[in-house]
Amino acid sequence: MTDAWFAGADPDDPESGATRVRTGRAPAPADWPAEAVDAGFAADETDYYAKLRSATLAAASEAVAERERADDVQLAHAVRAMDDAERTANELAERVVEWAGTLYGDVPRGLDGVRDIAARDPKTAAEERVVSYATRAVDLLDERDDLRSFIEERAPTAAPNLAEMAGPVLAARLIALAGGLEPLAKKPSGTVQVLGAEDALFAHLKGRATSPKHGVIFTHEYVRGTRPQDRGSAARAFAGKLSIAARIDHYSGDYRPELHAELADRMETIRARADEGADE
Amino acid sequence: MSDDSGLPDGVERRTFGGRERLSTRGAQVYGEPVDADGWRAWDAGRSKLGAMLELGMDTGLVGGESVLYLGAASGTTVSHVADFAGPTYAVEFAPRPVRDLVGVAEDRDNLFPLLKDARDPESYAHVVEAGIDCLVMDVATRGQATVAVRNRQFLADDGRLLMAVKARSEDVTADPDDVFDGVVAELDSAYELLETARLDRFHADHLGIVARPK
Ligand SMILES: C[S@@+](CC[C@H](N)C(=O)[O-])C[C@H]1O[C@@H](n2cnc3c(N)ncnc32)[C@H](O)[C@@H]1O
Repeated sequence: MTDAWFAGADPDDPESGATRVRTGRAPAPADWPAEAVDAGFAADETDYYAKLRSATLAAASEAVAERERADDVQLAHAVRAMDDAERTANELAERVVEWAGTLYGDVPRGLDGVRDIAARDPKTAAEERVVSYATRAVDLLDERDDLRSFIEERAPTAAPNLAEMAGPVLAARLIALAGGLEPLAKKPSGTVQVLGAEDALFAHLKGRATSPKHGVIFTHEYVRGTRPQDRGSAARAFAGKLSIAARIDHYSGDYRPELHAELADRMETIRARADEGADE
Repeated sequence: MSDDSGLPDGVERRTFGGRERLSTRGAQVYGEPVDADGWRAWDAGRSKLGAMLELGMDTGLVGGESVLYLGAASGTTVSHVADFAGPTYAVEFAPRPVRDLVGVAEDRDNLFPLLKDARDPESYAHVVEAGIDCLVMDVATRGQATVAVRNRQFLADDGRLLMAVKARSEDVTADPDDVFDGVVAELDSAYELLETARLDRFHADHLGIVARPK
């Protein structure tokens, strides 16, 4: 039995060949065109290449479609689900802690309290209800952690430069806010800078507030960790590079180490201002 | 008269916008200029193999050969290769560029796109034939020499490796010359070097390599 892509494939059905192209393997190449003719899969070399062409075209198109379904859309849903899980767990926690406080004397606050209650052994019908409710909240927290792991695993292949620059979770958040990697790649960097700050921007347009300098990228150390008077420059520089990263990820998928080095340099320059200021 | 010596059959220097440029004949791909006879300009600034030909490196290409191209991206260069070569296998591991590559292959009978990782040749050895005449490599990723060594098994004994090494892909901070020395040293286990040239006139900090299997 040969390892050739056409082994077991139906010569008249490019789809069956495509599946083999995608999933097959061989320890080493061989003279496949000659083997295919010998095996009666192809009439001659020309026929072989025509069949190979149909199968590789079908395989590549399917694989691309599948991988694209698998990446940015999945990341966007996962990060929204992660936020939902977190927010809902917090809501349940509040209820659990308040309720449990009427039954037990020593309930820690917040999410710790929930884990504590969930681990207890209920003795009355009311305790049984509150422990069961706490267990749901704990399950949700575990789900949130699993979603985060999923994002951390997928983001580096779906958007290698964006994930490296922003971290996997923030990369997923930006993709979700933009509605996908392609729309994110097409947004000007000024828009990327305020993604997630829509409420604040709306207030500004209504004349009720100053122009927002940063959206969700504020959560990143590059912005949050910069002193307030330099945060605008930091957010602008960061958003500029994030836009470039999104474009490279969308249009080429190529990992560009130099891009990350440039951003690190730029950030160092901005932060150096604070040190100079301190010397004055 | 233009001098087409050293160029494979199917590649010619022709005049586009008053300037002599390399060109091949085939369906347009990336908005490159096309002349009245259907020849399309091959932009050496967007193609490392184009730059190697422009710089007069002895690639050994004659036209009609079988080619394994690693790092095909959206098909800019490999489209020209398929215009003058024989069966052309194009490996690229990023899905998005492969979407465009499929479009390029649809216009050509001899171009076979493969969404595969060049670091894992066993994942396409059941498709790519043995005895390939020319292995072209432009993967711009860390470990370029390792990829070349692993893919040597596809090459005919008298075949050629045509490789573009991007210094910054290996190490952003290192001196490009040191990076190139390291790559050349690693290639030595599997290849005999025939020629190297800096491609800087067209591509900063890139080295072009012509080699044959040992
Ligand atoms: C500089 S680009 C190639 C440009 C292309 N050769 C041209 O001239 O039209 C490098 C490509 O190599 C791809 N690449 C990097 N590592 C790879 C690997 N291990 N397997 C396959 N492709 C890879 C990248 O995704 C990127 O598209």
